Amino acid sequence: MTSHLGLMLIFSFFVSTVFAVLTRDEPRDQLVFGARLFGGFVGAGILIGWLLYPLPL
Amino acid sequence: MRAAAAHRTQTASTIYLICAVAWFVPGAGHIWLGRRQKGIVFLLALTLMFIFGLWLEGRLFPFQIAEPLVALAAIADLGIGCPYFVARALGVGAGNVVKITYEYGNTFIIAAGLLNMLVVLDVFDIAKGRK
Repeated sequence: MTSHLGLMLIFSFFVSTVFAVLTRDEPRDQLVFGARLFGGFVGAGILIGWLLYPLPL
Repeated sequence: MRAAAAHRTQTASTIYLICAVAWFVPGAGHIWLGRRQKGIVFLLALTLMFIFGLWLEGRLFPFQIAEPLVALAAIADLGIGCPYFVARALGVGAGNVVKITYEYGNTFIIAAGLLNMLVVLDVFDIAKGRK
């Protein structure tokens, strides 16, 4: 649970939940937007992690 | 009920009182304004996020003007409101810099405080009748 990936998943879940509820009014919209945000956070985290993998050169 | 609450504008002093309550107890401002579902989600998510940060041995930063970044982190920590004071009273949040989760804990605590500040701004807009 305290792995880098696990903590990123938990952090992404909390932040996307708050943003989705903050910016959308209907529960269905909140769910859809929250899922998209969560996917975006996790995908971007993994992508940037791989891009940084060769650093420092 | 929610629609009625959303269109009801508050007096200036009431708006600031609602914002103060919203800061002190995450989600309480939304519950006050009739948006119970949002309020409960904020209460649970932000409080859990803050507790999680403490469990990861993050630090509640002191107000050190000599170190601007530490002072900014302290302001962000304070953004969560009541849980901050409870944690201080219980003596938790000293931080353990050698723990691998230390920076993660800091991130959770700071993000929880900053998100609660956004929630307070949302409460302000709702109370003003803008949303």
